[in-house]
Amino acid sequence: MVEPTTMERPIATKAPIKPLLEVKNLQGWYGESHVLHGINFSVGEGEVITLLGRNGAGKTTTMKAVMGILAKRTGSVTFEGNELIKLPARKIAKAGIAYCPEERGIFSSLSVQENLMLPPKVREGGLSLDTIFELFPNLKERLSSQGTKLSGGEQQMLAIARILRTGAKTLLLDEPTEGLAPVIVQQIGRTIAKLKSQGFTIVLVEQNFRFAASVADRHYIVEQGRVVDTIQNAELDANIDKLHRYLGV
Amino acid sequence: MFELLGIPPQALFGQLLLGLINGSFYAMLSLGLAVIFGLLNIINFTHGAQYMMGAFVTWMLLTYFGINYWAALILVPLIVGATGIVIERLMISRLYHLDHLYGLLLTFGLALIIQGLFRNQYGVSGIPYAAPELLQGGHNLGFMYLPNSRLWVIVASLVVCLGTWFMIEKTKLGAYLRAATENPTLVGAFGINVPRMITLTYGFGVGLAALAGVLAAPIYSVNPNMGEQLIIVVFAVVVIGGMGSILGAIITGFGLGLVEGLTRVFYPEGSAVVIFVIMAIVLLVKPAGLFGRTA
Repeated sequence: MVEPTTMERPIATKAPIKPLLEVKNLQGWYGESHVLHGINFSVGEGEVITLLGRNGAGKTTTMKAVMGILAKRTGSVTFEGNELIKLPARKIAKAGIAYCPEERGIFSSLSVQENLMLPPKVREGGLSLDTIFELFPNLKERLSSQGTKLSGGEQQMLAIARILRTGAKTLLLDEPTEGLAPVIVQQIGRTIAKLKSQGFTIVLVEQNFRFAASVADRHYIVEQGRVVDTIQNAELDANIDKLHRYLGV
Repeated sequence: MFELLGIPPQALFGQLLLGLINGSFYAMLSLGLAVIFGLLNIINFTHGAQYMMGAFVTWMLLTYFGINYWAALILVPLIVGATGIVIERLMISRLYHLDHLYGLLLTFGLALIIQGLFRNQYGVSGIPYAAPELLQGGHNLGFMYLPNSRLWVIVASLVVCLGTWFMIEKTKLGAYLRAATENPTLVGAFGINVPRMITLTYGFGVGLAALAGVLAAPIYSVNPNMGEQLIIVVFAVVVIGGMGSILGAIITGFGLGLVEGLTRVFYPEGSAVVIFVIMAIVLLVKPAGLFGRTA
């Protein structure tokens, strides 16, 4: 019987052999206030990782900093071996990283179809519309509706669907399950699993760690703008108490 | 012939026609303002000066280079639009992180400078611009005489307005524009070059003002003050229609032109203020404008 103790904390982890996306000592500011104090994580090709942490820990800010939306940031974000920290968001998108924001960002002045077709292709090999409608059949019925007339779940599906078209194979998904009914959460979970099986690399921000556990390879714990711990999904059960402490569940 | 409330039909239809023509200019100018305001969040006070530049460049092309009216319809919006792009890149783009007020002050100052320069050079008496042959003459409709030059302005304005509406509401390019108006950060994060889009949108809005200036050249005289007088009314039109609504700007523009024309028939003393009276009422009843969205 293995008792999880603090001595066994797996701080250094089996990082992927060749990281696709590597974030080192990422610092970030909102105006004058310093909010990220050293975020470190890495994702290998085809992996799904999560950033777990309480509200206000800096998970969403980390996503924005990686994506280049947070104006003031330092440290290093390398993707496919290229440094991204100085690039504007549009070049990071072109490099092949796609972002689905927490608030979903569905445009109210655009129809569902226009929302879906908005992000330009950045590479070959994006999902076809047929494949997307297989994943999210609801969207097909509602193509001519106004984007924001969709239900919350449908808006979330649309927000994910539109970045699957672009050919970007690395996805930053910020709380895709927030505020959604369990049946929709399951559908999104199945979608993430399917994307992983197709070789997508996914960074997920989550507060719902049950959901995180069902889809991710590895979890990074974020506290006060730092990554304070790393837990392999396989070792999750052994670390459950510790995780509860971190998340304050 | 019939008479309506003692008004001879020639007078009535004549004023309605005049109203439609004024409305054509109101619509085109408020459309440009609405497009610019939507994406740049700047109230472009230079708009009237840019309309005046359109008329002047039309006159210059003919006088100095022998380039005719029809070519000017294409060239002038490009030339004046290009000056707009320079202004956006060099000056306006530095103000986006500040309050709207600064953009307003900058564009207002630019308008004064541009108008002052033209006034210095060309005086204020106005320069005539001969309508091209095709636009001379007219049709007798029985109840009124319709000059070709005026018919052309109305048709051209309608085509330009509806074309712009179509482009913004129904095309992929327009979808980018609408999306960037709502959330420029996210559109940038999709890989779209938003700063370039903003620059081109300003250039396009200025080009629309310049095109209105080309259309104005043969029917009004070319005058450094022509924009200053018009733009005040156009701002009232924009307030009535509601900022940021494309179709609203078009409908309000033509509609208020007609209202003004009718007022000139039935209560001539009120024609100069009727639009401002309507503006005051709309502001009291529906502050976001007839077609405006409340934020």
